[in-house]
Amino acid sequence: MEFFIQQTAAGLTSGAIYACVALGLVMIYVSTDHINFAQGEMAMFATYIAWMLIDAGVPFWLAFGLTALIAFVGGLLIQRFILKPLETAPVLALVVCFIALLSIFNALAGMIWSYTIKQFPSPFPQYDISGHGLVSVQQLGVVAVTLVMLGILTVFFRYTTLGLAMRAAAQNASSARLMGVRVSWMLALGWGLAAAIGSIAGMLVAPIVFLDPNMMTGILVYGFAGALVGGIGNPMGAVAGGFIVGVLENLVGSYIIGNELKLTFALVVVVGVLILKPAGLFGQIIVKRV
Amino acid sequence: MAALSKSWATKSGFGWMAIVFWALLAVLPLIGFIHEDPSFDYYMFMGQSMLIYGIAVLGLNLLIGFNGQISLGHSAFFAVGAYTTAILMNFAGIPYWATIPIAGLVCFGAGFLFGFPALKLEGHYLALATFTLAIAVPQLLKYKAIAGWTGGVGGVLLDKPDPPFDLPLSADQFLYYLCLIVAMAMFWIVFNLLRGRSGRAMMAIRDHAMAAGTMGIDTGLYKTLTFGISAAITGVAGALSAITVAYVAPDSFTLQLSVSFLVGLVIGGIASLPGCLVGGAFIVLVQNSSQSISDWMKVTFALRYDVPAWAIYGILLLVLMYFMPSGLMGGATALKEKLFGRSAKDDAASDSATVRSSHGD
Amino acid sequence: MAAILELKGVSAWYGQIQAMFDLDLKVEQGGVTALLGANGAGKTTTLRAVCNMVRRSGGTIFDGQDISKRSTEDIVRLGVAHVPEGRGTFVALTVEENLRLAFHIRKDRAAATRDMDMVFEYFPRLKERIRQQAGTLSGGEQQMLAIARALMLAPRLMLLDEPSFGLAPLIVQEIFRILRRINEQGKVSMLIVEQNAALALELADHVYLLETGHVVTSGPSDMVRDDEALRKAYLGY
Repeated sequence: MEFFIQQTAAGLTSGAIYACVALGLVMIYVSTDHINFAQGEMAMFATYIAWMLIDAGVPFWLAFGLTALIAFVGGLLIQRFILKPLETAPVLALVVCFIALLSIFNALAGMIWSYTIKQFPSPFPQYDISGHGLVSVQQLGVVAVTLVMLGILTVFFRYTTLGLAMRAAAQNASSARLMGVRVSWMLALGWGLAAAIGSIAGMLVAPIVFLDPNMMTGILVYGFAGALVGGIGNPMGAVAGGFIVGVLENLVGSYIIGNELKLTFALVVVVGVLILKPAGLFGQIIVKRV
Repeated sequence: MAALSKSWATKSGFGWMAIVFWALLAVLPLIGFIHEDPSFDYYMFMGQSMLIYGIAVLGLNLLIGFNGQISLGHSAFFAVGAYTTAILMNFAGIPYWATIPIAGLVCFGAGFLFGFPALKLEGHYLALATFTLAIAVPQLLKYKAIAGWTGGVGGVLLDKPDPPFDLPLSADQFLYYLCLIVAMAMFWIVFNLLRGRSGRAMMAIRDHAMAAGTMGIDTGLYKTLTFGISAAITGVAGALSAITVAYVAPDSFTLQLSVSFLVGLVIGGIASLPGCLVGGAFIVLVQNSSQSISDWMKVTFALRYDVPAWAIYGILLLVLMYFMPSGLMGGATALKEKLFGRSAKDDAASDSATVRSSHGD
Repeated sequence: MAAILELKGVSAWYGQIQAMFDLDLKVEQGGVTALLGANGAGKTTTLRAVCNMVRRSGGTIFDGQDISKRSTEDIVRLGVAHVPEGRGTFVALTVEENLRLAFHIRKDRAAATRDMDMVFEYFPRLKERIRQQAGTLSGGEQQMLAIARALMLAPRLMLLDEPSFGLAPLIVQEIFRILRRINEQGKVSMLIVEQNAALALELADHVYLLETGHVVTSGPSDMVRDDEALRKAYLGY
């Protein structure tokens, strides 16, 4: 039983991180209808920036905020300069473009910071809170940060007119334009937010898995799985999906298939959800007009 | 493109340009007899790799270029092909040449099976599912339970085959011919597939799946079949790579391999058959020169660490998407049109540029 | 009376195809101008040309200001509200959110809140459905919502693209009654495209008859109403 609780707690922690990645993916999907394959590498790159800041003596939480801000601006610029010209391009061109971004960020990180792993400090103490070695402050902290972020985003999208304008722009661009919404900037804003959220995911995961240019590859796949389970158009669902995938991954990993097939498990989840329930558990099916 | 493709292909088969081209490729190894060069075998090995990548890109192009299904997971089928050959050679004692068609069949099955779920997926989602496949496969290959056959992390070492019938060729010259013959066969198969009924069905599905369905085309069947054939061709390439490299290991079949296929595809031109070989050659050239490119960049930009091939691929992909979306072959056509004007006959032909713009929306 | 909108020699294209040829048109301050004509005459194109939603050339003067080079968003922000063909409903947003979207570009919160009350006074039915997802509204309600959304922008000119399209006659009557009130009480000028010529002629003071991208004739609506030959030839009644 104790092992079960331990594994579930560990699952919730990784789930929180998957949830962050999923949130970033959903953000871009909701505002532009695209699936960003470079989301993981962008997060990894931002995490290196945080590492440099901390290395230079900046306090952790300041570096955390600064990195999120830098990532936000970076995401904005990527949309403005790289993706905007491709706004009307076919899907293949976009997929190629995302793959290109993925390759470039991975390579850049390797070039600047090398492929050797680096230690990333954790803002949370390691000691456990229950006294039985079950749940650590670190784990609680990661979950808390994710939930706070979800809260902020929910408030932003539901109660601010800017958030409303972003949702409108994503749903029906031409109609949004007729309401005076600068649609193109809304897309850029979506990318900025996604990059910032991604950077937070990166900074949360780095203390656990160590920092290296390939750190996010597997996590991105779980992020995809989480986003799909929850319904890729739904932030709340994405977070729930992230947690579900995290817990399942840990339990399935420790009880059934072992740790070596975890990515295959993610593959099965992704393909399974896409086929059986493409709208996810909490998503609504939007009928596509022909 | 019409003038170009007419010399490449006619109603009855390969055009004169294709025949000259294949003949030229067949003559290349003979240079080794005239010109003594200690690294000639290495050039032959590069030639093998170029042909192999060309075949792999051909498989991908059949799927993306002619059927409009996006795959980022073809490294997985390449891996299945390579491992099939390795396991059959090592454990079943099947001769290398006989493993190639078997690898093709196995990959056809794998592709066909993956094609079923893929049926329900379009555009971004299919890309996502195949992306996940590409990420998951190396880990799957390392799985302990099957390590007895796959060799786990270490992979499998194979014997490089000797030329049969006492042919006066070096091993690499012979393997080059093996790759060339298989490549010609694959191109011939795809070529014949495309100009027939099934080819028209595939392309109709690419251009408008629903309309194709109302015309009585079984879109589901054709899409899964195309997925299977595409995987089979890429799997044959994988089998050849296992034979020529004489070694398979899980970490050679990562997402990066899929990305390099994609680079080859985009370089050569989407929906261009001769472009596949151009793309295949290009991949090998980049891989081989990435070290020198990296050294040059390190000096020029005062970098501390190596510039990996990833970076070059990434930048190339971006640049191509902006400036030459129809690839090198399409770019050549565009240049020709700029220089000599656009003739009405060219307009009528479907060149790869129209293919690109009409697909995926 | 001065014109609030004036098109001078406007042409428009869809890709390579020219859909509008050298059009001149005026909407008087506080007036209602109707565009009539068969399918493909260029009525919708005219509205889209005003908002720069289509490739165009020529001059557009709105309230003395040249807006021909401005973006759609800017034109909307200047006070031109376009009720598009197909109603442009944000189906996954609630009715309230559809309307509150206007708050994004309005600086005057208090006035915007007052406008919301006014809109609900015009369309009490929308108030009943305020929390409902807009996609679940009936066609007539979605048309009301589209007009209401446009009103929330506090426009000085409304462009209406076939507000009667696909609706039951009773609903159409209701909507046109409300449009008249908006024009008279709210002092909103209108440029309206309509297939239902009789209704449009009742509402409008000026009429332009279009055919394949050209103006066939124009003048006060009485003139067109009284000209039986013209009516029979172009309006089919």
